[in-house]
Amino acid sequence: MQKVAKLARLRLTDDELERFTGQLADVLEHAADLQTLDLTDVEPMAHPVPLANVLRADEPGPALGRDEVLAAAPSAENGLFRVPPVLGEEP
Amino acid sequence: MSALGALGLAAAVRSGERSAVDVLDEHLARIAEREPEIHAFNELTADHARSAAEAVDRSVAEGRDPGALAGVPVAVKDNLCTRGIPTTCSSRILEGWRPPYDATVVSRLADAGAVMVGKTNLDEFAMGSSTENSAFGPTRNPHDITRVPGGSSGGSAAAVAAGFSPISLGSDTGGSIRQPASLCGVVGVKPTYGTVSRLGLVAFGSSLDQVGPFATTVADAAAVCEVIGGHDPGDSTSIPGAFPSVSDHLDDGVRGLRVGLVTEMMGEGIAPDVAARVRAAVDALAAAGATVEEVSVPAVSFGLSAYYLVAPAEASSNLSRYDGVRYGLRVDAPTTGEMMELTRTAGFGDEVKRRIMLGTYALSAGYYDAFYNTALKVRTLIRTEFETAYERFDVLLSPTSPTTAFEFGAKTEDPLSMYLNDVCTIATNLAGHPAMSVPYGTGDDGLPVGVQIMAPTLGEVPMFRTAAVLEAGLRDGSGS
Repeated sequence: MQKVAKLARLRLTDDELERFTGQLADVLEHAADLQTLDLTDVEPMAHPVPLANVLRADEPGPALGRDEVLAAAPSAENGLFRVPPVLGEEP
Repeated sequence: MSALGALGLAAAVRSGERSAVDVLDEHLARIAEREPEIHAFNELTADHARSAAEAVDRSVAEGRDPGALAGVPVAVKDNLCTRGIPTTCSSRILEGWRPPYDATVVSRLADAGAVMVGKTNLDEFAMGSSTENSAFGPTRNPHDITRVPGGSSGGSAAAVAAGFSPISLGSDTGGSIRQPASLCGVVGVKPTYGTVSRLGLVAFGSSLDQVGPFATTVADAAAVCEVIGGHDPGDSTSIPGAFPSVSDHLDDGVRGLRVGLVTEMMGEGIAPDVAARVRAAVDALAAAGATVEEVSVPAVSFGLSAYYLVAPAEASSNLSRYDGVRYGLRVDAPTTGEMMELTRTAGFGDEVKRRIMLGTYALSAGYYDAFYNTALKVRTLIRTEFETAYERFDVLLSPTSPTTAFEFGAKTEDPLSMYLNDVCTIATNLAGHPAMSVPYGTGDDGLPVGVQIMAPTLGEVPMFRTAAVLEAGLRDGSGS
């Protein structure tokens, strides 16, 4: 659970960890019924609509204004999103 | 509720018999009276609505076409982007965010003359079946305020049921329009995947999400579908062409229509009083000339398991964008990595965290095949079995929700029991098919029961025909 939380960029308290572990185990246990199905030769379905390579004409159109987009950011400077230091962190 | 419904109001406004401002004031008065106990809205947009209503009245005065839904108040689920108006998804992580653009469905409603009165409450990021997962407090069921309105689009369903607006928009990923429609006694439609644009709908499970209407009548719901539906070049999953023309067929009846009652959705877990109403609907359709038979679709029994792997997997990916960088909440920290972790930890509620965890796990190395890929294969199985059933049937019938509206707190400690609310609605999302819930009387507790009508891809016409017959039967008493 701690490893998954780290992958998901979440910090869980001990209480949350305990509660979620039980609750998620219930869901996965319920999902075990899928293992009883014979799924050989069944293709996975990622999407309901068989549309592929949807392209538009390569013509410029109206776009969101940079200032309007940056105005929604918690921190911005010189036309850029501003974040705390990234370098020197553990990966 | 407004006796006229949306189409009646639009006709009155279009003819000049009533002004849009007058219609708006009537609805704002109703909101002022009952909203404090219902809490359908995260945000009221009265000023915005007044300008929109005045513009409609000017169009009428100047002889211009004010649109098919001229002057009709509409409530919009708060996971649909509205330019300059807060869009929160009922989450702390988006509190205060004002999108720089309108969702396509929002601008199409505005272009048709509809007047947005507010943004409605939902389970955080549309994850839930009761609105109890909203960061801003639950919505109450207008029929009994000790009960939930259903969810996740509980605010939109309650708004229509309370007469705050004759129509509203919701989104449906696993039943989030149909189940609250059932619990609140209104009509709710999940159209065929791809027929209504998702541009500006905040993503939850992208291969499942679909926008649709709530209304007090089948005809109003059809009209809204036709306004919001149709191809949108801004959504790459949008099906080319217009929305199926359903309004023209509402009086066609069901003579000769083949209706299947899904065996797997009538057994264990379905409350007897709910099942009885579905059987009454079957009888009414048979009496109206449809042929009705039971049909088994065994794979739908695996829908819940497949859904609670597929939807969280897509959600864990979609919700990775909430990282404190571009919009919404940021919790400051010395490094970007810590900032992101602290922001997400503070901004998301329990259910969202659970689903992100579940989805991250289902997609992680070593488990992908066992969970996610298996669920995708089951999805194929469900769709294939449905398609086989639709060779013999035009529409399928089931309960929408296994029970009537339940009490607050009844299922919050046990997520799996909450997920079981979606047991009849989930399979159609996995298949990408359309389905709708129509009110069909009440259960033993006097609370509304909804009947679900399912149809194959682009099968909206037989679906709406069936709905119209059930509605007419209830109105003239033959269905009770």
